[in-house]
Amino acid sequence: MARVLVGVKRVIDYAVKIRVKPDHSGVVTDGVKHSMNPFCEIAVEEAVRLKEKKVIKEVVAVSCGPQQVQETIRTALAMGADRGIHVEVSGKDYEALGPLQVSKILAALAKKEEAKMVILGKQAIDDDCNQTGQMTAALLDWPQGTFASEVAVEGDTVKVVREIDGGLETIKINLPAVVTADLRLNTPRYATLPNIMKAKKKKIAKVKPADLGVDLTSRVEVLRVDEPPQRQAGGSGTGVESEECTDTQEGLCLGDGPNQGGPVSHGDWDKPEPEPGPEPLCVCDPAPPVSTESEQWDTVL
Amino acid sequence: MANLLRGEVIKLYKNLLYLGREYPKGASYFKDRLKTAFMKNRDETDPEKIKQLIARGQFVIKELEALYYLRKYRAMKRRYYDSDE
Repeated sequence: MARVLVGVKRVIDYAVKIRVKPDHSGVVTDGVKHSMNPFCEIAVEEAVRLKEKKVIKEVVAVSCGPQQVQETIRTALAMGADRGIHVEVSGKDYEALGPLQVSKILAALAKKEEAKMVILGKQAIDDDCNQTGQMTAALLDWPQGTFASEVAVEGDTVKVVREIDGGLETIKINLPAVVTADLRLNTPRYATLPNIMKAKKKKIAKVKPADLGVDLTSRVEVLRVDEPPQRQAGGSGTGVESEECTDTQEGLCLGDGPNQGGPVSHGDWDKPEPEPGPEPLCVCDPAPPVSTESEQWDTVL
Repeated sequence: MANLLRGEVIKLYKNLLYLGREYPKGASYFKDRLKTAFMKNRDETDPEKIKQLIARGQFVIKELEALYYLRKYRAMKRRYYDSDE
C-alpha cells in the first residue's frame, strides 16, 4: 500500500460572521480570516494516523485555488502530510470552481499519483455541497465509503463504519477507494508553530488543471446569494432560565444556515462553553476530556 | 544550563503567542496576559523552578489546543448534527 491523497479546502474560518456582498453575488471574502475546512482536517488526521500505523507510506495533500491555498496545504503538511500539490486555479475559474471540477482534478491526480485511497472531508463548511467525494469515486469508478466514523484497512480491503440516520453502517470495500470523513472520525491534531516551521521544508508541487487534462467549465450558475432570515428577538426570562434562553437563541442562529458564521460570544469564553444543560457527548466522541483548569485557564497564567 | 533554559522559555513564549492568535477574546488580550505571566517570573533563577514553570506552560498549550478543538467540534455539531433545534 503506497499512497493516500487527501483533499484540503481553504474556507472562511468557522468562527467568522459571514457577510453577503451588497449585490448578492456571493459572500465577502476579502480581508476575512480563512482556515482549513474542519472536515478536511479530520481527513488529514486520518491519513496521517494510517501512515503512523504503517498501513500507508505517503500522504499527499491537494488543494485547488489561488496562491493562498498554499497556506492550507502548509497546515496539512504541519499536521503530518508528506508533500503537497497545489492545483493553480484563480480568477473567474476559481469563482466557478465547484464539486464537479474539483472531483475531476482529484480523479486525475489520484490516477497520476497512483493513489490507493483518496480521503476527503464529507463536505466543506462554505458551500455545504457534500458531493466531491461521491463524484470523485464515480469518476474513478472506485468504491466509496462516505460519512466515515471509523476506517480500518485490512489487506486489500477497507472497513468503513458509516454514520447514517439513526445509527451506524459497517461496510467493507475494495481498495482503491474514496473515503469521506465525518465529524466523529477522529480528533485532528493542532498544527503547532514548530511543525509549521518544519513543514516549510516539505515540497509543494504546482500543477495546472490543463496539465491534468481537466476542463473547468461550470454548468452551474449562481443566481443570488441571500442571508438567512433575521432571527426574532428573544423574550426575557428569569434567573438561570434567561441565560439558557439566550443560549438556545444562539444555537438556533448557528443552526440556521450552513454559511452562517454565527456570532461567537466572546464574553462567555471564560465560562465553560454555554450549553443548554450538560450535553452528553456521543459515546464514540473523540473529544478529549477538558479539565476545569482549561475553563478557568486565564487564572492559570 | 541557564542558557539552555533561556532558549526553552523563549520557544515556549513563541509557541504560546502563536496559539494566542486564535484566542476568542482577541490576540492582543491574550498577548497582554501572556506577557504579564512571563514577566511575573522574570527573576526566577532556580533551574528546577524554571523547569516547573515551563511544564506549566506546556500544560497551558495542551489545554488551549483542546479548548480550540472542542470549540470547533461543538460549533460543527451544533450546525450540522443537532436536528432538533
